Amino acid sequence: MDTSRSYLEPSSFSKKMAAAIIIVYAVVTLIPISWMVMTSFKNVDSAISYPPEVLFEPSLEGYVNLFTNRSRQSQEYLDSLPPPENWYEELVRSREMVITGPSKFLGRYSNSMIIGFGSTFASVFLGALAAYAFSRFRVPLKDDLLFFILSTRMFPPIAVAVPIFIMYRKLGLGDTHLGMIILYTVVNLSLAVWLLKGFMDEIPKEYEEAAMIDGYSRLQAFFKVVLPQAMTGIAATAIFCMIFSWNEYAFAVLLTQFNAQTAPPFIPTIIGEGGLDWPAIGAGTTLFLLPVMIFTIILRKHLLRGITFGAVRK
Amino acid sequence: MSQIKIENLQKSFGDFTAVKNSNLTINDKEFFVLLGPSGCGKTTTLRMIAGLELPTSGQIYLGDEEVGMLRASERDIAFVFQLFALYPHMNVRNNLSFPLKMQGYKKSDIKSRVEEAAKLLRIDHILNSNISSLSGGDRQRVALGRALVRRPKAFLMDEPLGTLDAEFRELMCLELKKLHLDIGATTVYVTHDQLEAMSLADRIAVMDGGEILQADEPNIIYNKPKTKFVASFIGSPGMNFFEVNEGISKDQSFINIEGAKFDIPKQLEESKGSKNFFGIRPENLTLNNNEGLKGSVFGVEYLGSRKIITVKTSLGEIKVKTDISVNVKLNENVQVKPLNNNIIIFDGETDKSLNSEFIK
Repeated sequence: MDTSRSYLEPSSFSKKMAAAIIIVYAVVTLIPISWMVMTSFKNVDSAISYPPEVLFEPSLEGYVNLFTNRSRQSQEYLDSLPPPENWYEELVRSREMVITGPSKFLGRYSNSMIIGFGSTFASVFLGALAAYAFSRFRVPLKDDLLFFILSTRMFPPIAVAVPIFIMYRKLGLGDTHLGMIILYTVVNLSLAVWLLKGFMDEIPKEYEEAAMIDGYSRLQAFFKVVLPQAMTGIAATAIFCMIFSWNEYAFAVLLTQFNAQTAPPFIPTIIGEGGLDWPAIGAGTTLFLLPVMIFTIILRKHLLRGITFGAVRK
Repeated sequence: MSQIKIENLQKSFGDFTAVKNSNLTINDKEFFVLLGPSGCGKTTTLRMIAGLELPTSGQIYLGDEEVGMLRASERDIAFVFQLFALYPHMNVRNNLSFPLKMQGYKKSDIKSRVEEAAKLLRIDHILNSNISSLSGGDRQRVALGRALVRRPKAFLMDEPLGTLDAEFRELMCLELKKLHLDIGATTVYVTHDQLEAMSLADRIAVMDGGEILQADEPNIIYNKPKTKFVASFIGSPGMNFFEVNEGISKDQSFINIEGAKFDIPKQLEESKGSKNFFGIRPENLTLNNNEGLKGSVFGVEYLGSRKIITVKTSLGEIKVKTDISVNVKLNENVQVKPLNNNIIIFDGETDKSLNSEFIK
């Protein structure tokens, strides 16, 4: 029998099997995403050609269409225009169209950014304060309050859509950034409190006590000692909150139209001539995917790094 | 540096009283140990002195100032935690600088103070290391350093050696003692380990059930315990007790137990009731074949230079600490008698020791 390795260590065969399963899973998961990215670089014709084209000549038509409004013109009119000033104008004219102005996409995209990051920050900040209080203080009716907070997640948020719609109209919060930030924060907060409480419970209270003895107030100790310790939990919570508010569709459709409309309700409305403009939709969804992806990659090292390991002997 | 005085200190958590009506004076520059089993209230007392718990009633004086209700940050004391509580997201230097930064010291002052403390504790070579890469002993030194840089009025330590390996513990014990001699700071130290307490303390307070039973120098705590609990808790093994089913009168100087007559020190106090306890330390007993209490050998433990022999008698098990040369076999019939007159009678009703010629 081979005794050179420990029982706890997986054999090289099972390691290979695990790697194979992960690769297959990754490929299966990545196919729709890569198809979406590919579509965004196709032109309108090759996007809908049958059989589907796997190899194609890349084009930025989708991105140009995503960011511009265009109108079709007669050949005579196009001939009468001065020559195109840049590559995208040329691209549009080759389709017998002219650019009439920028599309609403950039505005919707920045709305998504403002609302997504704003509500994520608010959820994590308020959640951390509440979680700290629940973790450290003798709060009267603590268990009941925690259950109450959790219970706000026991029905689908859309179940209260009508009352919220009416409340928002009366309060003047409909179609505003603030209104959407508040709404997403409310939905995310219970998750944030529960997740962060778990992480705060893991941080020995001696850290703050040491800081308080060293001359810091409790709030200073919270910011200087507890929050850095809780970075792992904060990163994880922030990613969950960000993904929810970034992707949220139902309330965005219901409550926003012009001013604060986010990207999810906007992207499906990108309509080309005689059908959906698939490359533009592909381009919109590809760009939409990027912020959450980058956000997760940035915070990933906090997720993986067990920064509290080894500092306290248990 | 300051004297610490607690008066009528009491702490309750709901129905549970953790510290009962305690009075204590800890002198300036004294190394004072709070000793007791877990749950006796020693840590709660320390945390109240630190300001991490607020007393239910009573006063705490630090120097001349009453600090009982002040925040921890306003008391100018340093605390060393059992789990060290070093900030893991900072390196050693930043851990040591942390308390000074808050007090608004200049950068150059912080640097020189940190380096001075590091040198004293011999951790100057690891100032830029991460906490997680340090050994237990080094972490303990850093924790001490963080307390030291502030030059506080008093050091409070909550079982700081409790998590160290035995080998490190002995070493750190010596270092702590030396450090205390060097800087002469008032220190309150909590432990459940009597050896640690004996070797470190100028004075020890033994606590049980939230009460301070006795606060005295180590040799007095050992030789002249004021209560039965102190006598049994201190010493390894603790004192032997036999029930005495008779009242003790003033001037009495012998006692009959199970037909054997024992000389006791002349009593200066009479007992309250008719059930009392006769207490004698294992090293004050000896084995022989013709005198004293009859019994049979029940167990023999070797301690290197000494032996502890447990003898089963009609009064229960008696532990005798003898010379290594004493050779007895299991179940052998022996007799146990006192070597000397170092005997204490404890009042059965109050558990307190009765005054006698030996213990006044």
